[in-house]
Amino acid sequence: MALALSLALARPGFTLQVQCEFAARGVTALFGRSGSGKTTLLRCIAGLERFARARVCFDDEVWQDESRFVPTHRRALGYVFQEASLFPHHDVRGNLEFGFRRLPRSQRKIQLDEAVSLLGLETLMQHRSEQLSGGERQRVAIARALLASPRLLLLDEPLSSLDETSKAEILPHLERLHDSLSIPMIYVSHALGEVMRVADQLILLDDGRVRAAGRLQELLTREDLPLAHLENAGAVLEGTIEAHDPAYHLSFVSIPGGRVALALKALPIGHRVRVRVDARDVSVALKPPELTSISNVLPATVLDLQPDRDPAQVTVRLALGNERLLARVTRRSADQLGLARGMPLYAQIKSVALID
Amino acid sequence: MSLADTDASALWLSLRLAAITTALLVPLGTPLAWWLAGGRARWRVLIDALVSVPLVLPPTVLGFYLLVLLGPHGWIGAAVHALGLKALVFSFSGLVIGSMVYSLPFVVQPLRDAFESVGVRMLEAAATLRASPWDRFFSVSVPLAARGFVTAAVLTFAHTLGEFGVVLMIGGSIPGRTRTASIAIFDHAEALDYGAANRLSATLIVIALVLLVGLYAVTRSARGPTAMVRTWPWR
Repeated sequence: MALALSLALARPGFTLQVQCEFAARGVTALFGRSGSGKTTLLRCIAGLERFARARVCFDDEVWQDESRFVPTHRRALGYVFQEASLFPHHDVRGNLEFGFRRLPRSQRKIQLDEAVSLLGLETLMQHRSEQLSGGERQRVAIARALLASPRLLLLDEPLSSLDETSKAEILPHLERLHDSLSIPMIYVSHALGEVMRVADQLILLDDGRVRAAGRLQELLTREDLPLAHLENAGAVLEGTIEAHDPAYHLSFVSIPGGRVALALKALPIGHRVRVRVDARDVSVALKPPELTSISNVLPATVLDLQPDRDPAQVTVRLALGNERLLARVTRRSADQLGLARGMPLYAQIKSVALID
Repeated sequence: MSLADTDASALWLSLRLAAITTALLVPLGTPLAWWLAGGRARWRVLIDALVSVPLVLPPTVLGFYLLVLLGPHGWIGAAVHALGLKALVFSFSGLVIGSMVYSLPFVVQPLRDAFESVGVRMLEAAATLRASPWDRFFSVSVPLAARGFVTAAVLTFAHTLGEFGVVLMIGGSIPGRTRTASIAIFDHAEALDYGAANRLSATLIVIALVLLVGLYAVTRSARGPTAMVRTWPWR
């Protein structure tokens, strides 16, 4: 446990009653609708907001309790705002050096060149904020935060003000951070797609309360949570690139419980990847299908069936090794196949998307 | 067109008064403007109004009360006397104090607006990058409010240069000490020496125009405080 937070706040039309812990490693997504209190929590963690009934502990330091309050500039954190908030009176280099220069040399965990190459800013160093695109600005903001050598990185919907192209440009960088840095991150978002790509842990915030907290894979498929019932519900699986088949333009990824084929990706064998399987792309069969165009067929076990938002459909939760998979099938098919808990069957996956 | 020695010394006195007033008032007005821009205190509205009072009051009213306050029986005058210092009324120091009160809104308002336009977000970003409150003030607020500082300084200087009523009330017209250019013009006009009044007046017009053209050139050459900073020679 790296960060423990409790916060109670009552304002007209808005109450927040939260107690949660954030992992010391990886990315924890704070996920919830707009107005669910995500940003307020993040600002409280950063000390940008001082609430009377709040307690924030990071590792062995108390950042805030009844009697103490460590001001933001004395908390070893990095913060990426929704809009990049670059200093307009500095160029990119000046922005990057802002926090970097304020740290004693011995406390610098990352050098300027490293951050620059990590975020791909080599050609932008002399540019002013207003000469940059939205995506570039946000990359600079992330690098600037990293250069303050934070022990905790807070990201407040860093992609929400960007168009799709800029998002696509930044996400790989975020994933790279995830892979190459050991800094725990808290990532606020209301976009499921982003969360599926970057998060390891998920804290689900609903109406000012923590609805659930846990591993991303688990929460995505939990039947009692709204995530599994969204139109774009799906499962995320961790896997390894196992082989390539250039002739058919396919790559094979081993996942818990089997192996799936997907469109060829130029990644080295053994590379760890994350794949996303949407519930609507999964169907089930009682016997291994013989004559089918679907090449990804994996043995699985029925965990349970849940009514779907669409009365004609049900969501079937499947156990695939230790992992979970969701399948959306018609209620009629479910009855005809006699689907029931514990039943072994075959999951046919029409499409697997590599999240990368 | 050349000025008589006495007029040249009056002009020189006005310029000195303007320079000293500006040099003292900008640093003193900055914390006040900063506090007003922060905008959380309940007193803000009242202080805001008080600061702006010199804009709407006749300078003679201001000068009158300053005369009373600074005079031997006023609070300040008595305190100064008790400390064994020279009397403030009819002295250059008294003029500086009067000018500072009179020009206060010309420093505070542009600076307050400039600080407000910097916004909270920039300061928050700096705080997350390990900058202490003082550090944030000097490394973020001041450079981003540079345009406000230029405006405040130029307006204060020009305004003090043209000041008449307050100077007349608390300064008298002692050559070399309190006889500023505007007083000298008044004396010339009263003595029907229109030629001398004209020469001094025209000189003041030229100075005022040069100052304002300079100010507008600097602040309009770029939109927003940012660009302003960029065109600044010391950047």
